[in-house]
Amino acid sequence: MIHGRDITRTFKTKTGTVEAVRGLNLDVGEGELVAFLGPNGAGKSTSVRMLTTLLPMTSGAASVGGHDVTRAPEKVRRMIGYVGQKTGSGPYHRVRDELIIQGRAQRMSESESRKRANELLGMLELEDLADRDCNSLSGGQKRRLDVALGLMHTPKILFLDEPSTGLDPHSRANLWDHVMRIRRETGMTIFLTTHYLDEADTMAERVMVMDHGKMIADDTPERLKAELAGDTIRLAMVSEGETLIAAEVAANLPNARDIAPNGRSFSVTVRDGAAVMPHFLRALHERGVDIATASVRQPTLDDVFLNLTGRSLRENAIAA
Amino acid sequence: MTFISDTFLSFRREIGPTMRSWYYIVFGVVQPLLYLGLFVPLLTAMPMGGDGNALQWFVPGMMVMLVLFTTVSCGWALTEELVSGSFERFLATPASRPGLLVGRALKELAPLLIQALILIVVAAPFGLHLYPVPMLIGLALLMIFGIGVASFSYALAIASKNDGGLFYMVSHSVSLPLMLLGGVLLPMQMAPDWLYIASRFNPLTYLVEAERALFMGEVFTPIVGYGALVAVLVAIAGIAVGTVTVKRASL
Ligand SMILES: Nc1ncnc2c1ncn2[C@@H]1O[C@H](COP(=O)(O)OP(=O)(O)OP(=O)(O)O)[C@@H](O)[C@H]1O
Ligand SMILES: [Mg+2]
Repeated sequence: MIHGRDITRTFKTKTGTVEAVRGLNLDVGEGELVAFLGPNGAGKSTSVRMLTTLLPMTSGAASVGGHDVTRAPEKVRRMIGYVGQKTGSGPYHRVRDELIIQGRAQRMSESESRKRANELLGMLELEDLADRDCNSLSGGQKRRLDVALGLMHTPKILFLDEPSTGLDPHSRANLWDHVMRIRRETGMTIFLTTHYLDEADTMAERVMVMDHGKMIADDTPERLKAELAGDTIRLAMVSEGETLIAAEVAANLPNARDIAPNGRSFSVTVRDGAAVMPHFLRALHERGVDIATASVRQPTLDDVFLNLTGRSLRENAIAA
Repeated sequence: MTFISDTFLSFRREIGPTMRSWYYIVFGVVQPLLYLGLFVPLLTAMPMGGDGNALQWFVPGMMVMLVLFTTVSCGWALTEELVSGSFERFLATPASRPGLLVGRALKELAPLLIQALILIVVAAPFGLHLYPVPMLIGLALLMIFGIGVASFSYALAIASKNDGGLFYMVSHSVSLPLMLLGGVLLPMQMAPDWLYIASRFNPLTYLVEAERALFMGEVFTPIVGYGALVAVLVAIAGIAVGTVTVKRASL
């Protein structure tokens, strides 16, 4: 459904050129839900805007829904829905009017548009706001309206650029309930960018990690975590010297890395920690090591990013 | 044709907020009356060139000026939507690009059209002779011309991105000499030779002359023909430049 080959995009700014996207290759199949993950300025929005015909590429080629983005943009636009990172509603326009106009622009009939607008107002809990000017909405309400605008014509391919930023937990859960239901009913392909690691983890079937304009990983969240992060086993010993014995034992575990004895606590990263743990504990017991506490921590996508780049997405988010 | 239907769609979206703001409507109705009340008494006391009374000469010129100034600066209204994502949202739909621009332009022009009609009707008792068909043709030419200028203005707004100062500077340094050289407020026949010759290179001159001829009841004359040609050419060029700018833009 979405294919990109060697896509690049540079911007000229007053202080020089910015290489926003540097040789992006991607393939998304029909009906897939893919999450684009990466720190601020990684090039996520730039990539999405090129795929949605909004921004010309500097070089490379892309097709969306079987149509070339550069040569047949009109055909691409017929297939896609787009929720940009910025506010899509006009400040002086009314909520319901914006939805209806959007439907009309997407070639729906007037009556279809009205019906669908009412449906979405209900779904995204915007009914009470339907007759207000959009600039009187709160940030999260505006964001819900943006998503409703993108869903109006139930597109075959939906691009969502940080759809849930600014939503409270209830609205986020509600949004995803509806998006997932629509997806089940229609088989919509969804391409989303997000900073919420848990969202990418639980919603997406595939996660693409982007950093400095390049895609640095592309796989299911499970495999990314297993291959690029692994589970961390943590132990606390009764007495100090025993961590060194634990380090020796841990070195013999399959795929063990990051062995870190530290005072009375000890950690090691392995694949499938839950299965390794019993063997490990038994081996330690046989060496006479007394263990006070033991735990296995499952990796997050943040650990994946940390292992790929040496930086944490969380730190970035705070620094930015 | 999607161009026509998207023009209506875009117009429909933009006119909504206008229709809801009563102060805008009141101001729109009062404004032409102000011109008439405050300026025309002075004008009728002046010895103007040309035949007929001063209103017949002055009203069409003032309409050209109003259309030019309104449309030249209307790209400004787009800037806000360029900075937020709402224009981009429409660009991601199959909506016709020229349709989006022309619909917006018509939203700026519709109030002007109504003001012009009020102006004509109110001026009639003060001595403006009514030539309904030629005058309506004159208004139609103004609308066509206005669509062109507005489209140039949108192109300029996109090209100058978020730089409001640049937009303002360029739009004014183009429109002011055009207006002064177009003989909008005073007859160019009274100008020194060099100024007169310069005015012949100003497309606006031909439009102003055509409007004045139409307001004198002329229709099938070369003057009207040249004016119509200018209006249509400006419209075609404006829409073409506007559309290409939208397509090439890296917003
Ligand atoms: N119009 C522009 N002009 C100049 N530089 C730009 C422009 N748009 C984006 N950039 C630059 O391109 C890079 C990528 O930006 P992009 O918006 O794609 O990042 P992102 O991954 O979406 O980040 P975020 O998570 O903050 O939304 C950034 O360095 C940004 O400064
Ligand atoms: Mg972004």
